[in-house]
This record gives sequence, structure tokens and C-alpha cells, in this order.
Amino acid sequence: MQTTFPRLMLEHAKARPDAPALREKEYGIWQSLSWSGLASLVRELACGLSQAGLQRGQHIVVVAENRPRLYATMLAAQSVGAVPVPLYQDAAANEYIFPINNAEITMAVVEDQEQVDKMIELRESCPQLARIWYDDPRGLRKYDAPGLQSLDALVEAGRAYNVQHPQFFDEQVALGQPGDVASMFFTSGTTGNPKGVVHTHFTLIDRAQAGASFDKLGPNEEVLAYLPPAWIGQNIFSYAQWLVCGYVVNCPESASTVTIDLKEIGPTYYFAPPRVFEGLLTTVMIRMEDAGRLKKWLFQRCMELARRVGPALMDGKPVGTTDRLLYALGNLCIYGPLRNSLGMSRVRVAYTAGEAIGPDLFSFYRSIGINLKQLYGSTETAVFVCLQPDHEAKADTVGVPIAGVEIRLAENGEILVKSPGLLKEYYKNPAATAEVLTADGWYHTGDAGFLDAGGHLKIIDRAKDVGRLKGGAHDGAMFAPKYVENKLKFFPYIKEAVAFGDQRERACAFVNIDMEAVGNWAEKRNLPYAGYTDLAQKPEVYELVRDCIEKVNADLAADALLAGSQIHRFLILHKELDADDGELTRTRKVKRGFIGERYQILVDALYGGKTSQFIETQVSFDDGRKGAVSAELKIMDVKVFPALRKAA
Amino acid sequence: MSVRHTGEVILDVKNISLAFGGVKALTDISFNVREHEIRAIIGPNGAGKSSMLNCINGVYQPQQGSINFRGQTFSHMNSRQVAEMGFARTFQNLALFKGMSVLDNIMTGRNLKMKTNLFQQALRWGAAEREETEQRQFVEKIIDFLEIQPYRKTPVGRLPYGLQKRVDLGRALAMEPTILLLDEPMAGMNVEEKQDMCRFVLDVNDEFGTTIVLIEHDMGVVMDISDRVVVLDYGKKIGDGTPAEVRANPDVISAYLGTSH
Repeated sequence: MQTTFPRLMLEHAKARPDAPALREKEYGIWQSLSWSGLASLVRELACGLSQAGLQRGQHIVVVAENRPRLYATMLAAQSVGAVPVPLYQDAAANEYIFPINNAEITMAVVEDQEQVDKMIELRESCPQLARIWYDDPRGLRKYDAPGLQSLDALVEAGRAYNVQHPQFFDEQVALGQPGDVASMFFTSGTTGNPKGVVHTHFTLIDRAQAGASFDKLGPNEEVLAYLPPAWIGQNIFSYAQWLVCGYVVNCPESASTVTIDLKEIGPTYYFAPPRVFEGLLTTVMIRMEDAGRLKKWLFQRCMELARRVGPALMDGKPVGTTDRLLYALGNLCIYGPLRNSLGMSRVRVAYTAGEAIGPDLFSFYRSIGINLKQLYGSTETAVFVCLQPDHEAKADTVGVPIAGVEIRLAENGEILVKSPGLLKEYYKNPAATAEVLTADGWYHTGDAGFLDAGGHLKIIDRAKDVGRLKGGAHDGAMFAPKYVENKLKFFPYIKEAVAFGDQRERACAFVNIDMEAVGNWAEKRNLPYAGYTDLAQKPEVYELVRDCIEKVNADLAADALLAGSQIHRFLILHKELDADDGELTRTRKVKRGFIGERYQILVDALYGGKTSQFIETQVSFDDGRKGAVSAELKIMDVKVFPALRKAA
Repeated sequence: MSVRHTGEVILDVKNISLAFGGVKALTDISFNVREHEIRAIIGPNGAGKSSMLNCINGVYQPQQGSINFRGQTFSHMNSRQVAEMGFARTFQNLALFKGMSVLDNIMTGRNLKMKTNLFQQALRWGAAEREETEQRQFVEKIIDFLEIQPYRKTPVGRLPYGLQKRVDLGRALAMEPTILLLDEPMAGMNVEEKQDMCRFVLDVNDEFGTTIVLIEHDMGVVMDISDRVVVLDYGKKIGDGTPAEVRANPDVISAYLGTSH
């Protein structure tokens, strides 16, 4: 489509001026902003930004939750040819230094006092950051930092300019070309500095369009925007596709009210990483355990039926009349109310991506009648590469290549992609660009995988993470840490796992227990505990985790290729892995290398045959303060199984 | 800490004495409160802090002394009159309606602002409906201010203690008070809840310009957020001044700070 985001917005404003574009819950009521209202807000903001000195091609940083005025700010910046750079709103101030300096950013639009404090703190390292605007004035009345202003003031200034120069905005929008840079997204990066992924209007709009026609999305969809706008997934679903389709994006009242807001809005198009689906399921299961006997019995009967019949119904396969009738009854008593309580009674298309999803988790949602599917893509590909068509959703694949996409496998098993949605470049980093984007137009995903018989893509692990065992029974066998970790994480009791084994004889693992699930489990057994560290070191909890790992080992033993990846020993960490300590990325992926170095002493203990190890660790709190956690960690052996099938 | 600008004296307590039979709860206490300031009353257990607050808002009637509020002198205060003059308070042991939602609890704080009668309210008829909408708008602003949106419809009894304290503060704020009396707002809270509460107290003072009189046990909190501190011990005033002055006062050190370690 030969257009830009501001032009798309103006088209909607012209065609359907009074239709809602955005909604935000404020003071307990959903307040709508119409397309025409949005257009005039964007016009004023664009004039204001331009008056403040924002030039064509310059970058401007946006740090906020999903708020209508911040979406308008991104549109306004694009209208005058500037490039919005959304950053993760929960990051610590020092994590912004690199992006802001790298993109020579002089202006920031942020949400509230918390973000303003971070920006002011940053000025020591980023002296060029001259102007800061905030959306929510609370607590900021007495701030007198130079260049700090409310967004209201910016709108006001823009309005005055627009009155004097009514043509300015339209001229600026007309100047914008599809090939111009639209946005830049900093990838979290498991090592080194983050990289700015540059996307043009064309790449983003093309992919948004391809995804929309794949699932026949129209202007009547309702979407709840609750994931960080700095993540391209959120940006595609509630910004690019929003402007392409013209549907309604709803902004929750606050991060803590998302489940309530979800129920009130009842989105028709829904996107969440697996951990969100997992969290929702855990809440349901915990509540079900506290339910009365009759309800519990009914729930279990219905879920058995759903597991047996639901996925087949969803895939459009033939199902017997009796089962159909029973399922309809179950739908009346359990599935329907459950979908409603999850806020998914209207969901037509739901996607999950970013991480592997557990097969049980995946089929749970499909069995109760939610059309949950998987997709494959990354920041560099503007998300949409592979999507699962309706009726063809499987837990272990990520779908078929969609319109415009070509897929090829490199010799080492790495997946290569060619698509109109590929990144333009990594900002100011030609070396990194050349590494992933070859001259013939193939993008190297870094993922190892293959296409199965049905043409569906299957992902094993990150290509560079696939290691080799050395010595012992499985000398030279493949070691796929993430594959193993994911299998462990599919147990509700295990929140995070880190597997080690590359260049070693055997595999070992660190485990983080899920505080909510294990806490509940402990309470049911009258097992008292003081906090995470205490609970994690209970012998009963160790046995619980060992049983989970044994099941994974049994499972791995069935696969000749991966039998060597079985976990021999493990320990439960004394603290939860945290992005603030650099152990996880902001999208909650484990930084295996960093963790291995930071807890070297624990890795040594695992391989050195010790039965326990003392450790003390620095932790940083949300407000930047530091503290220490220490504990004597137990180490436990796990049963391993002989490989069932010999490698061919 | 920078010196903050506070206004004229609006509340002047003079020579208050209160006794319950032979027990002298308060003896000859005098102090004043300036407009917009955060004024703390501290002291060991049984020093008479809550009694002092109860005298100000008319629950107890002192045998001697007077209270001057904005030029009017009272020998004793009357609870309803006090509320109408713009005093609101929170309670040490919480006095919320446990079975009612957060919203309804805060709504009760608007009671004095409602002009329609019981019948109209029962029927939600005409003026009563408009009035309820207006009051609800105000209550929603408080809910937003205190960041308790997720619990709007939750019965108060099901909330953790720290949040109940916040609802208690919300109900007091619903009265749009000139002076807010806080009876141990941080008691029984963990460090994080205390920090949150401190921020809310400072924000109330800052955003609405509300004068705050607070009783507090936690010395750290008092010294951080108060403009001036009165120290009571066994019903007598032993210190009065800025946190720094109070900290340096030898009587205070021996009576309270010194013995607390």
C-alpha cells in the first residue's frame, strides 16, 4: 500500500469522522476519542512539535503506557517526518542512555512523574535532551527543570500555530513518503548494546495489511492495548493494524486493572505472549481449587470432554453427534462463563508469540472455544512472517509463511526469510546490518528450525544457542537449552529455568519456582514459609521440582536427538530472576550467558558434585536501591533415562 | 530539607487539659497549626496523642483550655460542627464499612455535601440522581488519586490492611477537608506501604493545599515529611519545633528517642 500512517489516519477521519478511534477508561468511564477528534489532536501536536524545533528525520523518544495522547504523539511526529522511538516504560533510567545518545534524541514525550524523574536523571549522561513533555501532571507542579512542560502546553502552542498556518500540517503530511523511516524499535538484545531496528512506513503497513487480510480483520474489531508500546508486537497490533483497519483500540485504566478492563471491553482480536495466557490459566485453576465440590466435579468433567472434543471442533474435524451435544451443554455451563470471565467471549482471533507455548496451555484455550493461534516473526521482520490458518493450529509449529514471505533454510538449520516487511537497517550499525541482512535480500533470523510435511514452520531453538555435549555417554550430541527450559516452564510450578550443558558432559539447570502456584501448593499442605527464598529451599519443594524434571527427562529420552539434554542435577535459585538485575531481557527471556557468569559459583557447584552451596547476591529494587539476598542452596540429583530410540 | 512556605496560624490550641477521673490524659497543652503545613504529634505510647486529636475533633471535651479555629474560639468542639468546618480524620484502627465496596465507602465521605433528602435519594429522582452523578465524579477523582482503581467494586473487608488504610484516607479526602487529622496513618504497614502512604500524604498536602495534623509512631516518617513536630510525654508537652530542633531537644531524647533504642 503506497501510503503513510498520518495519511491513513486522515482517511479514516474523512470517511468516518464520528466513529471511535481510541477509548480510554478514565474516572471509571470509557471515554472515546473519534477519528476526527484524533485528527485535530494530531494536527495540533504536530504543529507544536514542529514549533519546538522537531525536524524531518529527527528522532523523538516516547516513554509511556498505552495512552491515547501518546499514540497521537507518535502520529504527530510521523506527520512532520520525524521518527518516534518508543522505549520500555519499566526500564531503569540508565537503560535509556544508549538509545537516546545513539539516536541523538533531543526531545521526549513521557507519561508521568516517574518517567520525568528518569529523564531529568538522564540529563547528566544525555545533555542534548532539551525538551521533555509529560501527559499526566500529577506531582509535577513544583518541577522547574529547564525545558520541562506539560503536553497540554504543547497542544496549546500547536493550536495557536495552526490558526496562523492552517496549511502547515497538510503540507507536511503530503511531504511524507512510504519509503520514509516511520519508527525505530530498540531490540532488548541478550548481549551487548541494544540495536535500533529501523522500519519505514511501507514495511510496517505492508505487514500489517498482510496480517489483516490473512485473518480478515475489519474496522469492527476491538483491541485492548496493554503490552508495552516499545515492543513491536504491541505496536503492530494496536498502531499499524489499527491505522490500516481502522478498528478501535482501548487503553486500560491502569496496568493493574487489565483483567477487569478486558472483561468490560471483550476484545475480538487479542494478542498476548504465552506468559499472559499462562498467568490467566493459573488464576483460573487456583480459583477452581477453592470452589465447592459440585462445581469442581462439573468443571473437571467438562474439561475432560473439552480436551477430547474441543480441539477437534476448533480444527473443523468431524465429531460425533453425542459429543457435539455434550460439548454444547458444557459450553452452556462452563466454557461460555469461563470465556466470559477471562474476557474472551468475543475473541475471534487470538495470537500468541514471542516464546514457545506449552501444548497443554495451548490446547486448553482452544478446547474451550477460543481461536488461539501462533505466529512467528520478530522486530526485524515487522512481526508477520508465519501465521497459523484457522483450523490448522498446532502447539509445536508456528504456521505457514503468509503473503509476500519466502522461507529458506541455511545449511546449519538457520531459518532465512525474505519479505517486504524486513527492516531497513540497524541504526548506525552497518556491521550488524550486514550480519543479518545479506545483499541478496535474505534476513538471517538466528533461529534453528525446519518446515514440516504440511508446510508449517517448526522452531527448535536459537541457532547460536544450540550447543554440543562433550564427553560422556552422549559425546557430540545436540544440546538445545531453550527447548529444555521451555519444557520445564510448561509446569505451573516452574517459572523460569536456565539449562547448562554446552561443551560439558551432562546438562544441569537452575530453576525459579512460581511463587503463586508453589505458594498455593504449600498452603494446601500446611507448609509455612517466610518468602521466596525460604519457600524455594524447602525439601518438599525440591521434591516437587524434581518430579517435574524427571517427567521432562522421560520425555527427552523419547527423542533420540535430544536424549543427551536430560537434566542430571538442579538447584532452585534463592531469588527470582529479574530484568532489573540484567538477568532477563525486558521481554523476560533469560540471558543464559550472563546468568552463568553471575552465578559461576553455583554452576561450579552443580558440576563439582557438591550437595549445597552458599551464595550472596546483590539485587536492585524497582526504585533503584540495592540490597543483598543470601542463602545456602541445596543441589539435587535427578533420575535420567536411557534413550528410547537410537540415533539414526 | 528545604524550608517550605506555610501560611498563617489557622488552628490554635491553648492550655488544653483533659482528665478521665483521676487520670490526667493531657495537662496544659498549647500548640498551633499553620495553613498548608504538615504538623506531627509524636510521643511514646499513652502520651496523649490520640486524646489530643479527639479533643480537636470534638469526641472528647477538655475540662480546661480553648481551641481557636480561624478566629473563632471554642471551649469545646462538637463533632458535626467540626466536620462542617472542614475537618476530616482517619482512624488508628480503621472505621470502614467492611461489607461495602470501596466506592460506597468513599461515597459516605460526601454525605455532608448532599442536599437532597432521604426520599429523593431512595428513589434516585430528579435532583438526587444529578447530585449522585456529581458526587460520584468527585469520588472517582479520589480513586484515581489514590490509585485504587482495581478495587473500586471490591468489598473493603477483602482488601489487605495497607489498602484499607488508603480507603480510609480516601473517605476523609471525600469531605474536601481544610484540615486533615491522621491518626497513625502508617501503623502496621510494611516498608513499601509506608512509602506509598508518605507519598500520598505529601501529595494531598501539595495538590489540594490541605493542612495536615498527623500522629505517628515511626520516627523516620515524621522527621521526613513534617514541617513542625509537637512532642508529648505523659500528657505534657516536652518539645515543639522543626524536626531538627526536636531531634536536638534533650528532653525529647531522654523521653522518647533516647529510650527507643
